[in-house]
This record gives sequence, structure tokens and C-alpha cells, in this order.
Amino acid sequence: MKTFSIGGVHPCDSKISAGAAIENFPIPEVAYISMSQHLGAPAEPVVAAGDKVKTGQLIAKANGFISAPVHSSVSGTVKSIEMVKDLAGNLCKAVIIDVEGDEWMEGIDRSEDIVREIKLDQKEIIARIAECGIVGLGGATFPTNVKLSPPPGKKAEFLIINGAECEPYLTSDYRVMIEMPEQVLIGAAIMMKALGVTKGFVGIEENKPEAIRVLSGYSEKYPDIQIVPLKKKYPQGGEKQLIDAVVGRQVPSMGLPIDTGAVVQNVGTALAVYEAVQKNKPLFEGILTVTGECCPQQRNFKHRVGTPISKIIEAVGGVPEEAVKVISGGPMMGKAMCNIDAPTLKGSSSVLFLTEKQTKRKEEGNCIRCAKCVSVCPMGLEPYLLNKLGRAGRMDDLEANRVYDCIECGCCSFTCPAYIPLLDMIRLAKGQVMRIMRSRPKN
Amino acid sequence: MKKLLVSPSPHIHGKDNTRNLMRDVIIALLPSLAVSIYFFGFSALRLTLIGVAACVAVEYLIEKYMLRTKVTIGDYSAAVTGILLAMNLPPNAPWWIMVIGSIVAIGIAKMTFGGLGQNLFNPALVGRVFLLVSFPVIMTDWTMPDSWFGSAIDASSGATPLGIVKEALSKGETLQQIFAEHDFSYTQMLFARVGSVGEISALALLIGLVYLLVRKVIAPHIPIAILGTVAVFSGILWGVDSTRYTDPLFNLLTGGVLLGSIFMATDYVTSPMSHKGMVIYGIGIGIITVLIRQFGSYPEGISFAILIMNATVPLINMYVKPKRFGRK
Repeated sequence: MKTFSIGGVHPCDSKISAGAAIENFPIPEVAYISMSQHLGAPAEPVVAAGDKVKTGQLIAKANGFISAPVHSSVSGTVKSIEMVKDLAGNLCKAVIIDVEGDEWMEGIDRSEDIVREIKLDQKEIIARIAECGIVGLGGATFPTNVKLSPPPGKKAEFLIINGAECEPYLTSDYRVMIEMPEQVLIGAAIMMKALGVTKGFVGIEENKPEAIRVLSGYSEKYPDIQIVPLKKKYPQGGEKQLIDAVVGRQVPSMGLPIDTGAVVQNVGTALAVYEAVQKNKPLFEGILTVTGECCPQQRNFKHRVGTPISKIIEAVGGVPEEAVKVISGGPMMGKAMCNIDAPTLKGSSSVLFLTEKQTKRKEEGNCIRCAKCVSVCPMGLEPYLLNKLGRAGRMDDLEANRVYDCIECGCCSFTCPAYIPLLDMIRLAKGQVMRIMRSRPKN
Repeated sequence: MKKLLVSPSPHIHGKDNTRNLMRDVIIALLPSLAVSIYFFGFSALRLTLIGVAACVAVEYLIEKYMLRTKVTIGDYSAAVTGILLAMNLPPNAPWWIMVIGSIVAIGIAKMTFGGLGQNLFNPALVGRVFLLVSFPVIMTDWTMPDSWFGSAIDASSGATPLGIVKEALSKGETLQQIFAEHDFSYTQMLFARVGSVGEISALALLIGLVYLLVRKVIAPHIPIAILGTVAVFSGILWGVDSTRYTDPLFNLLTGGVLLGSIFMATDYVTSPMSHKGMVIYGIGIGIITVLIRQFGSYPEGISFAILIMNATVPLINMYVKPKRFGRK
């Protein structure tokens, strides 16, 4: 079975919410729709306090090339546009809407019917994806239309749909694959048409046999899209690792995935693309896993973007007694929340509760030079050395040892037997080195 | 409102920790220890216990009263050094030699460099070599102590096969004559042979290796590189002149090559960090070992070979980098 070639770790599986079907989460009374839903410049509001809006109506336009428009996830009256705290406690602009009913924009196809014929042409597809505010839902929330428009001189050869979901606990992509398999495949076919490629892959880890089975069942209907079972290994869902695993090509250092001819899109993104292109529905809903061993309920919710996370937590009985950390995303790369009142975003994938025993950092010991961090690093770096150089502030040596290649997957910190928080230091050093590199005059 | 813990990712940790790794090394040494207790009885057990106690005590005393810092004996690394040092001594070595070895190993080779993770040379080997050059008679006295269970090894043989061959060769005998005089059974070497406490059974050492590999405590690169190089290099010499040079199997099964390549050369602190570096390091140890055995004045050279290659590890780490992702 295929997998990526360098490093990797095997964290616990913990897909305890895998059996929970996707349920619609109730529409909140007030929605807080952030303008920073994506990587790049925040969107620019086009509504004002007092305006009536419908579900799916444009409320903010893209502000620059790397940016995406934002649509209302509810119908009602715009209460105000103000700064609200995101889950890290940072202020960001949000449109706050008092919800009245749920009246959708005309033109959005709300039926359950699967629309198979792709009527739009290449340009129209990309324009529609941009208009509908589709962003990558695998974590980075990079605007999808930009990714589907390779820079001049680069040519896409194939599309890879990322169904690896290699992070422990997360099950939203899994549920989408088994509940809406054909929509995901049509979404993939749409993106293949947009890219002008005829070959597509869906990479799925072997711990999701049901998803592999269900999607493989459509192989006659969608012969251009090949389902690729992958060995379970973290971080298989990393873009560079997935390309390596599926087609055996390595993205060059400082290069882009397109340099290997690959464009990678997440399962959730494929569904959003299907809905945008075939159903004319902008991206204003998301699938979110609520899980954790200490959490009495394991749920997969379809939520309206802008729902306060605290409302979702209330629905499962509040923050569990034993939980000390609430994480948005998976336990390897997710962010620990310091503000659970923050609203959900397009890219919100989970609310994960961890207990003190599971997550409390242990006292750091001496590096015993066991080289485990070196052998697990999927980028072939030397985390122990980068940590040491970072502490000494040796920027030149950090650059020479390619700290900029770090994908921040956390395998080094995860594996270190001396509990050294390697990634903390490396992340800091990487930021400093990249700033220095960017400040150099280009030749 | 409940207070939440906030820290950067990753939010979970794997099962490995320093203490577990060291405990696994101790477990891997147990088969060898059991065999040596079977053949040497109380003396092997006593030597090992003195070694562990002395190493742990030296580390404790230095950290507590000289450095006045956190005591780290709980990570078991001093205990591992104690066992390894005992494994490298003749079975009937006196107790005080073990204590001196422990002071040198922990006090000089480990703590002066800054404790666990900082030392350049393998502490147990520094202790062993210090004893070898200071007390050469005691350190090469291979007479059998009284055993609890009776001896399966020929009690009259007062030298290791390597020593016998070396001495006889120096008297001008050919290997064929030597092998005719002495009954070197390779099958017996696999189960039990004359040597230091830890070298008695090749099979027990190999069981330890399998355990370490299965538990992923060590990567296979270093032992395989050393054993492969010893086999190939001694094989070439044997092919050139089989009257002077011993065959590869004899070289692998005698002396400390197995103990050294499985437990001493793989010491985390003093071996390279990249797999490529580990192979280079292992090849170096293999070549130097065979050179000392065949051309040097000592019958066995694995200890010196490992210490010499320990000195090259910082250099190897600087120039031999792991295979980077995305580099052509």
C-alpha cells in the first residue's frame, strides 16, 4: 500500500465520532460572520447596519487576489459591523446578524437531487467558485479559484482529492465521503474540467475502509477518478506528503505543488465546489466534528458559518468536567482555543476536548540525541539541530539547514522522549528566517 | 468561566520517553545477563549489581553535592551504564575494580561533559578501556569462577579464542595448527563461550538485538553496518591468506563484536543522528575493529574502534545530512 517516503508517526486513531451521521445544527439567534474566513486579505463588507439579508446573500467582497467573498449564512437584519474576538482572542472584523427565519436567496437549488451534468465551461467554473467564496477546507483555507488557476508557465497534470484525514479524532471528511460520495466525485470532476486535466485521484487512509469501499463503487461512473488506499501514517494529509504518497513525486524545496503537476483539494472543498457549481450555493455551511473521550456525545454537525462555538459546545452538554483544553482542528496541528465564544468559520473542522492526562506537557529533559526526531521528520530535517540553532539565534545556520521547509506537522515534538517542545522553537525560528529571506532584494 | 489550557500544537505526545527507552535497553540485556548468571553464578550477578549501584551512586552524589542540580538517576541511564560496564568485565573481576570503573564512566566520561546527552564518548567504554590499560592482568583473566549450576564451558581454557589465536600466531603457528589444537566449535560459541560477562552467548545478545529493533528503540543501521563490515573485511583478509587471518564467522562470533555493535555503538548520545551517518560510523567501527584484531597488539579492538569513531560523530553530524524532502 502506498504512503509518503520520509518520516511520519503513528498517533492514536481515536476516530470515535466516525459512527455519528451528519446532523443539521440549529440556526443560531445571532450569527457573527467573520471577514477573515480565509488565507489572505480580509473581505470588505458590502452591507451596513439595518440592512435585510437573505441566506446565501453576498455580504462582503473579496479584497485582493488572495481573498474570498463572504456570504450570509442566515437571513435577518444586520445588527452591526464590529470587531469580535476569534478563537485565539485576536480581534477581527465581523458582520453581526440578528436572525429572522431562514429565507434563502433565489437561484440556490435546495433540492436533494444530484446534478451530474457539468454545464459550465472552464472559465465559468473558476468564476463561479470565486463568486461563491470557496476556500480550501483542509486547514489552510486558501482561495480555491486561485489554486485552480496555475500561474503562467505551469501546467496541471492531475487533481488529487485529499481524503487522508490523517489527524486523530477528525471524522468530518469521512462522513462526507460516505454520506455524499457522488457529490464529492462530481466536485472532483468539475475541478478536473477547470484545470483541463483528465486524471484524478482520491487518496484515503486504510483506517477508513468504508469510505474506500463506497467511493470505489462509483468507479464505473467516474472512470477518470482513481481511489487510492493509503497506509495509515501521519502527516499523510499534508499536501506535499499526499502528492508523494499518491503519485511518487516530491514538491521541490521552496516550490509549489503545481511544480509536480499536482493540484490537491480537500474532500470538503470538492463538496463545496459541487454545491457552488451545480447548485449555485455559496459556501456558508461547514461540517464539524465534536469529539473527545471525555465528551459524553460524539457528533458530526453541519453548521452555519458564524455560529458561536459555545452554542455547539452547549448542545453536547457544555465543556466536559475533565477537559482542560478545547481544540479547533486535530490534536497534531489544531489550535487551542482561548475564546470558545468565537464564531465558526468556513474552515472549522472540529471541536475537540482533551483531558489533562492527554494533553498536559511534561517536564522537559536533556536531549539524549536518540535521533527519533530526525527519523520521523517528513521533510528530512533535523529538528534537534534546528531547536539548538534557534535557541542560539543562529539565523544563517538555520537557513542552511532549511528551517523554511518545516511544515509544522509536530511529529518531532510528538515523538521526543525527553519532552522537548521542538516545534515551538522551530516555528519561531522559521518565522524569523522567512522574514529575513523575504526582506532580501530579489535578483 | 472555566480556565482553559492554551499552548501551541501538537497537543498530544507519543508513548516514548527517556525512562522507557532506557528500560527497554535493560530488558534487552536481560537474556545475556541470565546466561552469564547461569554460567558464572553469583559472581556475574554481584558484578552487575555493584556496577548499577556504583554508577547510580556516583551520578547522584555529583548532581546532589557537586553540581547542586536536579538529580536525574530516575531516567535509568546511569543504571544502563552500570550494566554495560559489568558486561564488559571478566566474570571474576574484584568488586573494587567495578567501583573504579563506575567513577571513571559516570564521573569523568559523563558528568564532566554536562551529564546525559552531552558526553562525546560512551561512558561504559571509557570506564572499560581505563580499566584495561590500568589493570591489564585482571582485565584479561578469563579463568572461570565457580558456578551455581556447573560449567558448560571448558573450565581449563584461560583465554578467549581471540587471545589464543593471537598468541599462537605470534609464535609462528598457522591457523590450521591452532584450530587443530583447540576445539573452537562455532555452535558452542553461539550458545556459550569464554569471555566477559556480557559476551558469553551470541544467541542471547541477538535476542536482545531483535527486542531493540521490534520495540524501535534503535535503528538497524549501526549493528548491520558494523557486522557487515567485519564480515566483509575479515573475509577479504581470510581470502588473501587463510593461514594468517581468521574466517568471517569466527570474527563475528568471538570477542565483543556482538555486544559492542548491539549495545555500545548504538548508544544514542555518542552515535550519529542521520541514517547515512550511522552507516558511515558503523563501517568505520568495523574496519578499525578488524585492523586492531589482525594487525594490532590487542586481541580485541571493538572498544577502541567505538571510542575512536565516537570522536568523529560531531563531524559526521555536520557533514552528513538526512535525505531532505524535495531535493534532487
